[in-house]
Amino acid sequence: MKLQQLSLFLENRPGQLSEACRILAENDINMLTLTLADTQQFGVLRVIVSDVQRARQTLEEAGIMVQIAEVIAVEVPNEPGGLARVLDPLEAHDLDIEYMYAFASRHKGRAVLVFRFRDTDAAVQVLKQLQLTVLREHQLTDLV
Amino acid sequence: MNATFQSTFHPVSAPDFLPAPQLRQLQMARLSRILQHAYDRVPLFRERLQQRDLTPSSIRHLEDISRLPFTQKSDLRDTYPFGLFAMDIHDVVRLHASSGTTGKPIVVAYSREDIQVWSNAMERCFAAYGMNANDIIQNAYGYGLFTGGLGAHYGGESLGATVIPISGGNTERQLMVMKDFGVTAICCTPSYFVHLCERIQDLNVDLASLPLRTGVFGAEPWSDAMRDRIQEMTGIRAYDIYGLSEIVGPGVACECAQQSGLHVLEDYFYPEIIDPDTEEPLPDGTEGELVLTTLSKFAMPMIRYRTRDITAIIPEPCACGRSLRRIRRISRRSDDMFIIRGVNVYPSQIETAMLRVEGTTPHYQIVLTRQHSLDQIAVQIEVTPQIFSDTVKAIEASRRRIQQEIENLTGIRVTVELVRPGAVPRSEGKAQRIVDKRNV
Repeated sequence: MKLQQLSLFLENRPGQLSEACRILAENDINMLTLTLADTQQFGVLRVIVSDVQRARQTLEEAGIMVQIAEVIAVEVPNEPGGLARVLDPLEAHDLDIEYMYAFASRHKGRAVLVFRFRDTDAAVQVLKQLQLTVLREHQLTDLV
Repeated sequence: MNATFQSTFHPVSAPDFLPAPQLRQLQMARLSRILQHAYDRVPLFRERLQQRDLTPSSIRHLEDISRLPFTQKSDLRDTYPFGLFAMDIHDVVRLHASSGTTGKPIVVAYSREDIQVWSNAMERCFAAYGMNANDIIQNAYGYGLFTGGLGAHYGGESLGATVIPISGGNTERQLMVMKDFGVTAICCTPSYFVHLCERIQDLNVDLASLPLRTGVFGAEPWSDAMRDRIQEMTGIRAYDIYGLSEIVGPGVACECAQQSGLHVLEDYFYPEIIDPDTEEPLPDGTEGELVLTTLSKFAMPMIRYRTRDITAIIPEPCACGRSLRRIRRISRRSDDMFIIRGVNVYPSQIETAMLRVEGTTPHYQIVLTRQHSLDQIAVQIEVTPQIFSDTVKAIEASRRRIQQEIENLTGIRVTVELVRPGAVPRSEGKAQRIVDKRNV
């Protein structure tokens, strides 16, 4: 149920993002989805990859600061209110979202929401109760 | 008496022109007195002399001073706060303090007479710059524990000038006062003055149309090139001033109209140059570390204080006629301390700050730059697993906490920049902690 996402520290200067991407490409690691958070000072690249352990190792060998974070991916209909219908009950259960991002699936009419919760285990329980489609890694791969 | 002498002469400057034999005699008399005073009142000094089988009377000639032990900044730290005081705290009328390496400041003390000596020293500096009772002085040195503000303030009042105690900061107000109050002289750091000049140009005010004619600049290193730029840009005369809290504050040495080295106020502060490695005295004209002895400061005498400032005593007499020997403009130091906006900063303070926040000291580098004529300090820190998180707000929080701790320890605001592991250049042996890009 829980997916492993890589978080990379990037300095805020040219070439930092492309270097990380190049390392992954050279090692034949595919990025399923990603998002970039940035400040004036630095950025954090969050990426779900095809082979998380190998990706981590190659990035660390290249001197990049990497962490693995547990995230949850939920599949929803790609239509108005798709996200709101998930957020409302999460809020009702007092689940704190650290951050989230979303992408449209290659399957028409479906979208994927990726959440980083403060308490991932509690979130999994609630999402199950709500009978939402929580994706496993192979399912995510299929949707990208 | 030549023309230059006449044009710069002010009654308060009389001691500056004492014939050399008389000056040496005065220095020796004052040295004997201060040595006895320190020996009687400061246990650390007495013990050190006893270990060397010396007493104050062993020093019969000025040259004998080299037999005395040095005083170091660490002595002030080790005896924090009042351990080197030679007077009862009830007879101390003023304390100042400057930042130390571990967050504890260095504390210095003045008796009523010491304040008079200091005021007189500063007054003589102002007089050497050609200032007098008619001047209106904008004193933009910081008032407070830092010696700059009050040192210049008392000197200006002694001179009979009008002192505006505006202190540092608030550029808009500085410019308003400069314009509206008819300021003729300004005291501040040279970089702050250049900043003021740039801002006044933005306001379409021609500095040359203002009565400002003298700048008293110190508390940070600057160069003759910068002086030339200031003088050309503004039409004022820009003078260097030297001092340090441990000795008295500003007023230890000053330039004269010749702008060719700084006259040490030798009747109060006795200068020596030593080889910082062998600690042997060096002859005039040779570059080394400046060592100073306070001849007329009784609340806290400093005997052979190692300033860590590198300079040389200029052997030739000055065209101004002063018998006070000159030192070359100080451009560097023999330790890793650096001075920014008049504040002493040590790399170890940055380490202490990081240790407090993260419990670890990652690789780091201090980068000094000058932006819009103001000194900027950036601390580049390699991100560690302790600092790194996948949420931006957690990283930002760590970064800000380190920034805040550094500000708490040093008193200056810095920008902490997080860089990736390996981004700070590694060096063989002693780490190059400071990159100075200020080009002074």
